Amino acid sequence: MAEVNAAKQPEVSFEQSMIRLEAIVDKLERGECDLDQSLKLFEEGAGLAARCEKMLDEAEQKVTILLESGKEAPFQAEE
Amino acid sequence: MSPGGFYAANQTAYTVSQVNEYIKAKMDQDRVLSSILVRGEISNYKRYPSGHHYFSLKDAEGSLKCVMFAGSARTLRFQPANGMQVLALGRISVFPRDGAYQLYVNQLMEDGRGKLDEEFERLRRRLEAEGLFDAARKRPLPIFPNKVAVVTSPVGAAIRDIIQNIGARWPMTEVLVVPVRVQGVEAPGEIANALQRVNQRKDIDLIITGRGGGSREELWAFNEEIVARAIAASRIPVISAVGHAPDVSISDYVADATATTPTKAGQMAVPSQDEWRHRLEVLQQRMVRAEQGRLADARKQLQRLQSSRVMQSAAAPIQERRMLLDSRRQRMISAFTLQLKDERHALEGLEQRLAGALPAQIKDSRRLLDSRVQRMETGMERSLKQQRMRLARIAGSLDAMSPLKVLARGYAVARKDGNLVSSTEQAGLGEKLDVILTDGVLNCTVDGKEKLPWQK
Repeated sequence: MAEVNAAKQPEVSFEQSMIRLEAIVDKLERGECDLDQSLKLFEEGAGLAARCEKMLDEAEQKVTILLESGKEAPFQAEE
Repeated sequence: MSPGGFYAANQTAYTVSQVNEYIKAKMDQDRVLSSILVRGEISNYKRYPSGHHYFSLKDAEGSLKCVMFAGSARTLRFQPANGMQVLALGRISVFPRDGAYQLYVNQLMEDGRGKLDEEFERLRRRLEAEGLFDAARKRPLPIFPNKVAVVTSPVGAAIRDIIQNIGARWPMTEVLVVPVRVQGVEAPGEIANALQRVNQRKDIDLIITGRGGGSREELWAFNEEIVARAIAASRIPVISAVGHAPDVSISDYVADATATTPTKAGQMAVPSQDEWRHRLEVLQQRMVRAEQGRLADARKQLQRLQSSRVMQSAAAPIQERRMLLDSRRQRMISAFTLQLKDERHALEGLEQRLAGALPAQIKDSRRLLDSRVQRMETGMERSLKQQRMRLARIAGSLDAMSPLKVLARGYAVARKDGNLVSSTEQAGLGEKLDVILTDGVLNCTVDGKEKLPWQK
């Protein structure tokens, strides 16, 4: 059950990840935090960057068509 | 004299045929009448089994008989009907049997344009006066739309181009096709309806509406007021993509953004993954550079610290910290390994710097060390003397601060007169070196020197 719930949790979006990553880079560049903090930030940033890349690599376009009923069905444009 | 003086005796009387022939000859010589373009509305339209079309062109004051023979009628691109505004090209001549002149039509075309232009201008001015085209009304398009609704025909090149271009640039964005007719009398209502329907959904953050290229008439739905109003009323930003440049529609004026083709609409709707991959790369480089700088600073701090007295008595805490440092180093390295798949060079360079910077942690915990030194001095089991000896062995330089585990793996530390030797430059031939291994010291003499090829 825990697994099902975990899967349904909304993932942090690409946009949010990029915003956080930029904030981390700014912070590291200002050099205000101590070595321990900077290491933690670096790890977080590396993780975010990896996830963003993964999102782009693994994304598959989803295309649907709106039916009269309001439901959606898969859609394939004719060649 | 004629009876009653009706005509002069010398006046010739002509036959009907002669009169008609005479007039016909006159007309046929006239340059204007021999090729003339006439605008009017069709009435009394009839098509005979022979394939000839008979009708009149009329305007508010009069009418003109017309005939279009089967041969010319074959070029017709539409079905003429009463009430239709047309332009007819032909010649005017006399039909002797009826004694009537008529227009012999070679080409007939619909005269929508003039009327459509007027309608277009009228609506454009009205909506403009209402402020519907104001720049202040235009909403910014989302940078990363989650889901784009495309209100257009589900068949044809337009929808295909839009889907393909979105997918190529940003496959994370979903596309919802909202099928409508884009031409014909039903089209404006369907488009307006679809726009309203999409606005009731919560999952759409951008709308594209439009169609591929076509004649003025085929694109007309997007010049209808009902469509313009639906776009203006949309709370979701709308991209209008009607036909191909230079076509301009009322929808284009009202929409938040205008694309000159369906392909451009797809490109405009989503970010470019190439661009964002590049930004991501730049951010990573900046992050690595910043962290390298931070570690270089720590290294300098350590060098200053090295000579301080505190270090001389801090060997035991140093060793305790070593394990911690080692694990931090591992964390950092693994973070990099994940991150910089192909950037082995960067990884190795950083690893070296990391190794060098480890003892910088000591400064951060200087206070802690001070208190521990005090504790040691007041009676810890290991004597200060032993600690100093160990420190002297390993604390000569940054690299010598590496964990003993490194020595255990077969690495050695070379010293000359108590100072660390890190370069071949530091020892001359015949000089004596102490080589420290995990379990003791080898006393050696330098028999020869050789530099690594890439260091030369």
